[in-house]
Amino acid sequence: MAIFKRPALKTQSRKKREMPQGLWQKCPGCSEVVHEIELAQNQRVCPRCDYHFAQSAKERIENLLDPESFVERDADLRSVDTLQFQGMATYKDRLLKYQNLTGLTDAVLSGHGMIEGYKVAIAVMDFSFLAATMGSVVGERITRTIEYGTANRCAIVIVSASGGARMYEGMLSLMQMAKTSGALARHACERLPYISVLTNPTTAGVMASFASLGDVIIAEPKSMIGFAGPRVIKETTHQDLPEGFQTAEFLEEHGLIDAIVHRKKMRAQISQFLSYFSSTS
Amino acid sequence: MDSQPLDFEKPILELQRRLQDLKNHSNEHELDFDSEVEAMENKIRETRREIYEHLTAWQRVQLARHIQRPFALDYIARCFTEWVELHGDRVFGDDKAMPSGLAKLGSHRCVVITHQKGRDTKENVKRNFGCAHPEGYRKALRLMRLAEKFGMPVISLIDTPGAFPGIGSEERHISEAIAVNLREMMNLRVPSIAVVIGEGGSGGALGIGVADRVLILENAYYSVISPEACSAILWKDRRHAPEAAEALKLTAQDLIGLGVVDEIVPEPEGGAHRDHDLATANLGTALRQNLERLIAQPIGELMQKRYEKFRKLGKFTEGDIAPEGAPLQETIHSREQTSDKSA
Repeated sequence: MAIFKRPALKTQSRKKREMPQGLWQKCPGCSEVVHEIELAQNQRVCPRCDYHFAQSAKERIENLLDPESFVERDADLRSVDTLQFQGMATYKDRLLKYQNLTGLTDAVLSGHGMIEGYKVAIAVMDFSFLAATMGSVVGERITRTIEYGTANRCAIVIVSASGGARMYEGMLSLMQMAKTSGALARHACERLPYISVLTNPTTAGVMASFASLGDVIIAEPKSMIGFAGPRVIKETTHQDLPEGFQTAEFLEEHGLIDAIVHRKKMRAQISQFLSYFSSTS
Repeated sequence: MDSQPLDFEKPILELQRRLQDLKNHSNEHELDFDSEVEAMENKIRETRREIYEHLTAWQRVQLARHIQRPFALDYIARCFTEWVELHGDRVFGDDKAMPSGLAKLGSHRCVVITHQKGRDTKENVKRNFGCAHPEGYRKALRLMRLAEKFGMPVISLIDTPGAFPGIGSEERHISEAIAVNLREMMNLRVPSIAVVIGEGGSGGALGIGVADRVLILENAYYSVISPEACSAILWKDRRHAPEAAEALKLTAQDLIGLGVVDEIVPEPEGGAHRDHDLATANLGTALRQNLERLIAQPIGELMQKRYEKFRKLGKFTEGDIAPEGAPLQETIHSREQTSDKSA
């Protein structure tokens, strides 16, 4: 038996200062605390280190398009639980949960609008809805956006963010890759421009279809972009991943991305591309 | 029975062992057990039929992965003649997980693109377990262009757990390689047939899977994610793979129902690995029949049908939406367009 009892070590339970939820955010880039209003006024970019916070599809559309020009299309499409997926939580429950949580009907907002006077068909994915996985509704909205562009002879802008295919819809989700890419084939045949914008994170099935098929592919700084997840790669290969692996900067270095564009310059940059590609008449 | 039975085949194995005992006993003691032997043989036949007619999704996944199953090069050796393998993507290297080249199907010159797995460790190291890198998909695209130039149909034999998740794969943009193939296969100006002969693993399978006709072998599977990975995500545990396999609707029968595949190629009883001759003969027949039908059609028409086939895949509701909480299924809209009964 020990002669001296080891004093029980206790961390002093310093009372944490309660912060009103949602008013302050700690920046993952510089660890500084940023006020919500400051973020909102700065397109959700950290004013100190330029870290790009997640942005909703709605906010992106407001920032990219000319004021009041956006016309939403296909808003009435809804996902259905065709496979009757039974996991720990059913697909139906998850859909309802994310619909209530985000106020969105699915993971992409689509329609058409103007960018500095250029008409564009536009689709913007929202990662907050089920990791913006691509099911039938996402695939259909993207495909109809592309077809709208082809029929109306206008450019397409797709802002991607996605965790990949939507497992709950089984093979129907995988087939959205073929469907969207096929629609792009027809758009390309008409010599119309497609600007693909990659945001954090864009991966797997979305990256392996329409997101990789832009006439130009641009990305927001430091976005995570890739096919397989880093954990899967590590487990499969037992290799250490290189510094900055699967970031936008890494992919620019390795030749996939045309340019890395700061969020606040995105609208001007897209408009410049459109001026190059649209001057056919 | 072969040397590598699967778990669910054990009852058959047990009966066969008892039959052998019976026969031995009969020989040793010169007794007449003929009626017992016959009864036992009947029972074996019935048990086999019972088991193989009611295979679960997970059992089929195991058959699709069976190491004795015919692989792509076995089909090439038996269904085709004059095979010439063409190597390399002319950019980076030659992907040995995707041996591809020229071959004749009957009198038809074809470009054949495949995934190839190995049967032993050495072969699997060479073939990377059938998991291709970007070079494989770019080689496939190069050969599709060749097919277009010389007016040859393209036949893909799909058998991969998935595209390879590795550092080199990402550095050389596996996603771009697959995406470009999806787009270009849709616009290919020659007839195309894709067959899932074993494993149809997600994007890696689809990367050579956009075709006028998509066939699948009876016990092959085609899935958006492996049952194991799906189980790990949904149940936080890989042991639920059998339930995941069921839920994913990945069997040939399920996929016909979803419209993802056009035709099922029958396998010998108990799986393709039990009779390579019959399995390959079945595929050869299916390929010839489909090819004959495809080349009889004008290419413009084929391309239009190909587009429509993939265009209509997906299930969702549209229009008047039921109030929140009400069952969504009631207004299912499946975009069934005017059906083209080309089959």
